[in-house]
Amino acid sequence: MLRTMARRLGSLSSRRIMGPVTCSRAALSSHGQEASPPADMSLPMYCDRVDTPLPDRPYRETLGEHEKSLKRKEKGPWTELSKEEKIALYRLMFRKTYAEMNTSSNEWKTVLGGIFFFVGFTGLVVFWQRRFVFPPRPRTFEDEWQAKQVKRMLDMRINPIEGVSSKWDYEKNRWK
Amino acid sequence: MSLPKPVMRGLLGKRLRLHLPLAFAFALTCAAAVKFGVTEPRKRAYAEFYKNYDATKEFNNMREAGVFESVRPSGE
Repeated sequence: MLRTMARRLGSLSSRRIMGPVTCSRAALSSHGQEASPPADMSLPMYCDRVDTPLPDRPYRETLGEHEKSLKRKEKGPWTELSKEEKIALYRLMFRKTYAEMNTSSNEWKTVLGGIFFFVGFTGLVVFWQRRFVFPPRPRTFEDEWQAKQVKRMLDMRINPIEGVSSKWDYEKNRWK
Repeated sequence: MSLPKPVMRGLLGKRLRLHLPLAFAFALTCAAAVKFGVTEPRKRAYAEFYKNYDATKEFNNMREAGVFESVRPSGE
């Protein structure tokens, strides 16, 4: 029960749900009475998912006369079905083949472009902040202060074995 | 329309037979690299430093530099 719930949530989260849901999106947009009523989410739904090979219902449920006779023929031995009939039966059951599901798209370009755009915008925000928001820099950042700081560290023999004082030559009073 | 039947069993075992020894070898190599690249040189550096270390001389140098509060440089 948990698995079917997870599958349903999974198919809800993926944006490849088929069937009446696309029609409901059309109904929500202001196009008037074009679309059929929104999908009944309490009934099993079809989905094209790589990890769910057998969706909850066939793709085409309302069949025409020709298709109904094909389904009757399907009840017999399959060796009597021609190749086109087998493909037609597949297309009744499924919307996309695995190959069609897995085709790549150009979405990554949009995503990357959006990322760069917003990173650039953030850069502008940061510049504005630096100019108008931040207080003056502390005096400990000045070069003279930093030099005096390092001199004091060397005087105190900070990290004399592997760290900063080990790189200073105390006899010649310069860096090694 | 008739393909050969794909391999259905033993897939995890086959993967482990390659990757488990590989993982162990990689982990051991990393450990050896850290031992001989980091810890041994560090131990040698410490030994070298303390071989001819004169604590009193260092103390006096620090005192003259003026970093202590309990003893001022000898000139004052």
